[in-house]
Amino acid sequence: MISSFLSFVKKESLHILRDRRTLLVVIMMPVVLIVLFGFAISTEVNNVNVAVVAPDRTDGVIDAVNRIAHNDYFTFCGYIGRDEIDTQLRSGKVNAVIVFAPDYDRRMAQIAAGVPSKPIIQLIVDASDVNTAEAATAYMQEILLETESVQEMFETRMLFNPQMKSAYNFVPGILGLIFILVCSMMTSVSIVREKEVGTMEVLLVSPMRPNKIVLAKMIPYFFISCVVLAIILILSYYLLHVPMSGGVWGIFSLSLLYIVLSLSLGLLVSIIAKTQVMAILISSVVMLMPVLLLSGMLFPIENAPKFFQWFSVTIPARWYIEAIRKMMIQGLPLVAVWKEALILLGMTVTVFGISLVRFNDKLE
Amino acid sequence: MSDIVISVRNLTKRFGNFTAVNDISFDVYRGEIFGFLGANGAGKTTAMRMLSGLSYPTSGSGTVAGFDIMREGEMIKRHIGYMSQRFSLYNNLTVAENITLFAGIYGLSKQTTEERRDQLLAQLKFSSERDTLVGALPLGWKQKLAFAIAGVHSPEVVFLDEPTGGVDPVTRRQFWEMIYEAAEGGTTIFVTTHYMDEAEYCSRVSIMVDGEVRALNTPTRLKQQFNAGSMDEVFRSLARDAIRGELLI
Repeated sequence: MISSFLSFVKKESLHILRDRRTLLVVIMMPVVLIVLFGFAISTEVNNVNVAVVAPDRTDGVIDAVNRIAHNDYFTFCGYIGRDEIDTQLRSGKVNAVIVFAPDYDRRMAQIAAGVPSKPIIQLIVDASDVNTAEAATAYMQEILLETESVQEMFETRMLFNPQMKSAYNFVPGILGLIFILVCSMMTSVSIVREKEVGTMEVLLVSPMRPNKIVLAKMIPYFFISCVVLAIILILSYYLLHVPMSGGVWGIFSLSLLYIVLSLSLGLLVSIIAKTQVMAILISSVVMLMPVLLLSGMLFPIENAPKFFQWFSVTIPARWYIEAIRKMMIQGLPLVAVWKEALILLGMTVTVFGISLVRFNDKLE
Repeated sequence: MSDIVISVRNLTKRFGNFTAVNDISFDVYRGEIFGFLGANGAGKTTAMRMLSGLSYPTSGSGTVAGFDIMREGEMIKRHIGYMSQRFSLYNNLTVAENITLFAGIYGLSKQTTEERRDQLLAQLKFSSERDTLVGALPLGWKQKLAFAIAGVHSPEVVFLDEPTGGVDPVTRRQFWEMIYEAAEGGTTIFVTTHYMDEAEYCSRVSIMVDGEVRALNTPTRLKQQFNAGSMDEVFRSLARDAIRGELLI
């Protein structure tokens, strides 16, 4: 029976290899996603255009302006007059204007000496893009306050991702997303296709046991997933410089577990779905949407309403992404994410068990 | 009798209150072309599923290729071939790959597989098409190939479920020639069909109505029995009394 199993695996691989377009999409998707999220889509604040209004260009003012100008995140657009503020912001030429008080140096010295004072710097920020405005404001305040004469009240340290690179955050999310796509969607579609075309009938009359048919179908998709996993890990390490200090093998083994889980989910979908269209719909609505919205990939779950927080517990991607984040960015070893790993293992065993039993029953 | 390939006694299948197959009994002999007729809903498919090891009867007994349908479904599957009305090969595999795949599924050794593959290709006069994707073949060719593949492991019985649906008359003729050839070689053919002219080609024909076998004999005898000029008339006179299923008018 081994040979019948192998000929089936071979047939399944041929299907995939012959379908060049799908294969290309599957291989290219992670590359595109990584490049997109790593470079194009970014929640970081970059290239904020800043103009300055300074009646007296004293040493203190010039020093502060220099610090802004030399920062990578800001582009200094020159000094403007008080009456130009509105037009400059409206035209979109600048995103923020810093206004220094006329007697900036003197009052700064007073503040340093402990004498209370009215504000000496005004920040006028274009808040039509709220996220950028907030981040830019916070950052500008930090830079401007760095004057040696003002005592820092807080000392902030950003651990694990000191440069606050958003790409770091997206890589685990992309992993969580892509395996649902490759494993769940493609496996379910390939099983349902056989039902739809009628070949499943012939297979069931053959001596191949249904569970072997299913296992044989999973193997090529498992291999593709491993290739995709390798591509993502290599790209994120060499292109995005994600640290992965927790050890690549830990990340790899946890991902393998998640891949098997996704394959089982695909199997479950194929049992429910009668047509290929339905299989795609179920996997995209029931699986993809929760992964995008409730796994913590794009939005922190902690900010969601309580109901969704509870609901998110049932989403495998949530645990996977959390664990991968810890390993990739915080640099924890596999042992440290035993809780997530255990939950994923439990889910895998459950889903896989249910699918296999149900698959046999259903076709009986 | 060792020449009986399929033997069924009092076979019944119920789904809840519905009796799909009601107490049918018959024998099919080696090398016979056994026509299994009946209107849609008469219970043909259910009966065939039980014979091919896909489902278990509610009551009754039977053997197929010497194996018990109650206990040895898996053994039955190894000794039968099956071809369905719906096209049952893989379009994006080549002719040769399809043959090799099914030979592999039925556990043929590598050497036997290659021999059978070349033999089938020669028989079908398909040798020049061995590396053509099956999807590119005309429907008639596909059906012929599907039949050949149903017999790749030299099964004792081949079940054909409306094999000639949608095929042109010329190809249908060629198809039946293949069936005759296989039957002469000792393979038993169990075939369902909607074409009454095809029923005339069968060695013996059974006609199911409302889950029961209402008539079973050679086409000639059936025509005498029902005082009919053709199998079509025989079928109509039986199906007229059907309670369930649609009539083929």
